[in-house]
Amino acid sequence: MSETVQSTAGGDERIKEISPLRRALIRPELGGMVGTVAVFTFFLLFAFDSGMFNSQGIMNWSIVSAQFMIIAVGACLLMIAGEFDLSVGSMIGFAGMMIAIFSVTLSWPVWMAILVTFALCVTIGALNGYIVVRTGLPSFIVTLAFLFILRGFTIYLPQTIERKTIIGGIKDVAEGDWLASIFGGKVFQGLFVWLGDNGLIETFSRGSREGQPVVDGIPMLLIWAIGLIIFGHVLLTKTKFGNWIFAAGGDAEAARNSGVPVNRVKVLMFMFTAFCATVFATCQVMEFGSAGADRGLLKEFEAIIAVVIGGALLTGGYGSVLGAALGALIFGVVQQGLFFAGVESSLFRVFLGVILLGAVILNTYIRRIITGER
Amino acid sequence: MTEDTKFHHGDAQAKKPIIRMVDIQKHFGSVIALAGVSFDLCSGECHCLLGDNGAGKSTFIKTMSGVHKPTAGEIFFEDRPMHFEDPRDAISAGIATVHQHLAMIPLMSVSRNFFMGNEPTRKVGGISFFDKKLADEITMEEMRKMGINLRGPDQAVGTLSGGERQTVAIARAVHFGAKILILDEPTSALGVRQTSNVLATIDKVRSQGVGVVFISHNVRHALAVGDRFTVLNRGKTLGTARRGEITPEELQDLMAGGQELAQLEGSLGGTV
Repeated sequence: MSETVQSTAGGDERIKEISPLRRALIRPELGGMVGTVAVFTFFLLFAFDSGMFNSQGIMNWSIVSAQFMIIAVGACLLMIAGEFDLSVGSMIGFAGMMIAIFSVTLSWPVWMAILVTFALCVTIGALNGYIVVRTGLPSFIVTLAFLFILRGFTIYLPQTIERKTIIGGIKDVAEGDWLASIFGGKVFQGLFVWLGDNGLIETFSRGSREGQPVVDGIPMLLIWAIGLIIFGHVLLTKTKFGNWIFAAGGDAEAARNSGVPVNRVKVLMFMFTAFCATVFATCQVMEFGSAGADRGLLKEFEAIIAVVIGGALLTGGYGSVLGAALGALIFGVVQQGLFFAGVESSLFRVFLGVILLGAVILNTYIRRIITGER
Repeated sequence: MTEDTKFHHGDAQAKKPIIRMVDIQKHFGSVIALAGVSFDLCSGECHCLLGDNGAGKSTFIKTMSGVHKPTAGEIFFEDRPMHFEDPRDAISAGIATVHQHLAMIPLMSVSRNFFMGNEPTRKVGGISFFDKKLADEITMEEMRKMGINLRGPDQAVGTLSGGERQTVAIARAVHFGAKILILDEPTSALGVRQTSNVLATIDKVRSQGVGVVFISHNVRHALAVGDRFTVLNRGKTLGTARRGEITPEELQDLMAGGQELAQLEGSLGGTV
């Protein structure tokens, strides 16, 4: 406390005191928090009776949000480190297709298919990063190239091998596989049965599943999303490496001068983004039981939008994983909520554009306060 | 060379130099950037390196800080011959460089900037975490010593003035055990008040026993704080003078290589 007193006494008389409330608000997540409150208020008012907020409805938009969150965490850390990855969407399609080819076409055990796919995709992520830091080209261009390269392979490989662009039958081969259940399974089923028995959540009232809860567990996808958010947040704000991520994106040259291994940080973040995309793909493949050549289309932009809504700067060096998670939540709630509210689904894009613009303007304002720019 | 009477070329010193660079040459392909520069620095002194643009100041300090390897010549650090493979070697030996623009990241807080690349860690359950509390405390303490009152350790560097940023960068280098501090044009982009703050910081650092290499092309700033002055021109040392042995006009003339500036000065009425 004594520090604060001293600084006001000895500080510059031209600096106005900033109220504690305003100071508490100056954080990268502010845009995301305001947006979340606004979105939930909107849908509570206009879609409360539509089933959006019963157990099934909540699970519906939670799953969609969780998907966005998984790729947003990777995109967020990479953007703070000062780079983009436009190949995320293609990577999702590619990873899913690889799992399908390895496990169905080549009849490998599913756990091996998943592990090899992770290794392959993270290596491609590293290659992305290596090319960017070696050539000094903008990551925008390098990863745009990979967007096409990976999508091309995702279409070419199944067509050549299986003469089709969707490979199914993964559910059958994944039955009982220990690693597949980490991506496709559900947890806390007992809790949901108990909740259903006690009338706390809805249960089926007719049919063969009478008495069982409508929502019968938390999908692993949600656990992955929460896990990645916690990991990303702790890494960014509580570790030495997190400081390097900020430094690498804030000013790579200044960071290098201070002894930060900027290139290593950037390559690792490209690998992490690829990892997140592969997690997304694996969960999706295990859920659908198939891999399609068009999976993950436009996901790279959705991830970037979630991150920007969450308060990160496109130019790097500033942002927050929690903010990105809120951005992803807004994204998921709006996308599903408009459906519940009975709004024409094409208006989703309008809504999204408005939120994006509002968030970016708010974030620019916050950043100006923080850095004292005018 | 009439200047020779006034300038002694690195003669016997009362104190032992901490670093001695003898007849350093650096060629980039066919370009001779340094054609034999000799320089030494004692601890607790401020040695100003002056010269016009293109005189070789930057190449020379980059050689000193390990960025370039000299084509010829020798570097003695604490009386031992030294060969820096890269800047990390120089930094770990205790040679820190504060660059004019490339020192601080505006979007990051002062304490995060202060410990950038040297973060203190604390182990919790086998995982090492960034010890933010310790970092914040040390930052506030060091900043107070330098006469900068922060609103808090979380204040972004972007809100500091240019002079304060230089001061943070200098304080950081000294905190991490710099024996030699190379300041590359620390005052060239600053206003009058901020310049005096930086010069005062240099004085504080010098009194702590750190050797300061102060690069500038502003004679006034150099004279305000320097103990010795070495002038570079076209990749060569023109000479070294002690404080009080040389007038600003003589220094100015030397830096510009004499003749042309004399003519210019005539037409401008001696105001440069």
